[in-house]
Amino acid sequence: MKKNEVAMSAHTVNISETERWLSSIAGAAMILSGLKQRSVGGALRAASGAALLTRGASGYCPAYASVGRSYSRIYDTREALGGRCGVHVDESITINRPAADVWAIWRDFESLPNYIPSLKSVTRTDATRFHWEAIGPGRRSIAWDAEILNEIPNELIAWRTIGEPDVVSAGSVRFVQSKGRGDTQVHVRLQYEPAGGKSTAAIAWLFGKEPGQLIRAGLRRFKAIIETGEAPTTAGQAHGKRSLLHYAQRSHA
Amino acid sequence: MRALVWHGKNDVRVEQMPDPKILNPRDVILRVTTTAICGSDLHLVNGVIPSMQAGDILGHEFMGEVVEVGKENQKLKVGDRVVVPFTIACGGCFFCEKALWSLCDNSNPNAWMAEKLWGYSTSGLFGYSHLTGGYAGGQAEYVRVPYSDVGPLKIPASVTDEQVLFLSDILPTGYQAAENCDIQPGDTVAVWGCGPVGQMAIRSAFLLGAGRVIAIDNVCERLEMARDRNGAETIDFSHQDVFDRLKTITGGRGPDSCIDAVGLESHGGSFDAYVDKAKMALYLATDRPSVLRQAIHACRKGGVVSVPGVYGGFLDKVPFGAAFQKGLTFKMGQTHMMRYMQPLLERIERGELDPSFVITHRFPLARAAEAYDLFGRKQDGCIKVVMKPHDLVH
Repeated sequence: MKKNEVAMSAHTVNISETERWLSSIAGAAMILSGLKQRSVGGALRAASGAALLTRGASGYCPAYASVGRSYSRIYDTREALGGRCGVHVDESITINRPAADVWAIWRDFESLPNYIPSLKSVTRTDATRFHWEAIGPGRRSIAWDAEILNEIPNELIAWRTIGEPDVVSAGSVRFVQSKGRGDTQVHVRLQYEPAGGKSTAAIAWLFGKEPGQLIRAGLRRFKAIIETGEAPTTAGQAHGKRSLLHYAQRSHA
Repeated sequence: MRALVWHGKNDVRVEQMPDPKILNPRDVILRVTTTAICGSDLHLVNGVIPSMQAGDILGHEFMGEVVEVGKENQKLKVGDRVVVPFTIACGGCFFCEKALWSLCDNSNPNAWMAEKLWGYSTSGLFGYSHLTGGYAGGQAEYVRVPYSDVGPLKIPASVTDEQVLFLSDILPTGYQAAENCDIQPGDTVAVWGCGPVGQMAIRSAFLLGAGRVIAIDNVCERLEMARDRNGAETIDFSHQDVFDRLKTITGGRGPDSCIDAVGLESHGGSFDAYVDKAKMALYLATDRPSVLRQAIHACRKGGVVSVPGVYGGFLDKVPFGAAFQKGLTFKMGQTHMMRYMQPLLERIERGELDPSFVITHRFPLARAAEAYDLFGRKQDGCIKVVMKPHDLVH
């Protein structure tokens, strides 16, 4: 996981062509009228205009990026995840199967709870939208709706949350088949909104203090099931008398 | 069932507990017929391997009879007699496909712990701390064997338990140590440590064409076994300077390859060994590598240092300059068991090898704690202990 990653943010485009023009024209107009006034208010207006002009010229809006939103023609969700705000998770694992196989398994969202223990269910609501429910410590459940933003067979799946979910997030999974080998690198990028309130609290317990760790554990389990048909475990195995310390540690885990 | 349970430094006990169950589709449950205490179990009992938990069942050298089979296991059936390798391998990952079995990507459920310490996780091991999976071990009446369609080797009725038990660890481990030396006909191989792995390495070095093997230890009966049973020349480090002696008897050139069959708790009488011991006692060091230092120093130019002895942490004062300047090659790691088990079984069946020569003591499992103490203190000429979990004789 790389926190505070500024990944590509300054150089990416997340605003549509029309909005860029509107932004630039409005910005230029505000600068001109603000400078004419030669007052504090005028200076502020000019400064806001400069921000709009920059936004239009660069095609990048930090506000949009922070919620993983992109209306750009290029429409690459890898860029939508590149905002300065939020917590970023960037994890990868190599799976000993061709990209087409791994992609197909991942694309079947409704089966993902078999791989990721903290997911309770994933239900399709229409062609590109899914309702997700997760369960964690304390049996508390949180839910969100997500839509697929982008999908390139055998290469990429990207999504973001919609409506008013408990969790505002966006993510992508990239599948890269190794050259000359039958295995596939799976890169997960996930960003979620630290806006405060309910969503932050929910995400905090869902991911713990190290959000990368849960994603990493999920990926490892996903890999083990694909490669071996089962996830390694010792839960429920024979053991001698445990110490009180052992149970104390367990309840915190 | 009864099993030998770790409770802390120098505290192991035989306890009663519920029998193991099948937890995954490829598991089997084994009724353990013979098991052994390994030198590396002493690292656990001495408290130098982190991430042990009170209640853990020890034991990674065991064999037995299959009594229950998971529904996805196509290879084993009830009644099969098998030896189980101490490393657990899934058979489906990149590393298993390359026969790097001990580096399996999937078998350690605590991979995150190992990644923190070593960057990447290696395979799960039986009864060897939670860093390598926390799997319950085989010093027990019954044991669960995960991914059991990959590791366990079926054993014909024509050989006894004691002849094949050491296919579970020390024989392949000693053999891999010798193979890693890339022995050319007539080579001289020096072996530090004449415990069971050292003895297997000596025997294997001769099998692979070594002209001379020089064995180094300070325990009288172990040196005797190396000399009388296995044909090695010996150096007793409590009476002789190892480096000077090795240099002299190799005509000033040094051994072609050096095997460190001791690992992180070497007991050398040299100054650096005492410093290491003090640092370890104060938690200033994780490993005591005085044998490794000696092996690097003594090895001939362009030679191989092969390390079957276990290391776990960060080593101080390793003479890397000598290693670099002499152009040494290092080979090490846990044993890739399944490369060796079948061919070594065939050698045992043909009568070319009988590793049971290392056994000095036999105990019922009920007296396992006493056996650990005897083995740990090298009392009564103890070199290798085997135990019969279902033997009720006290």
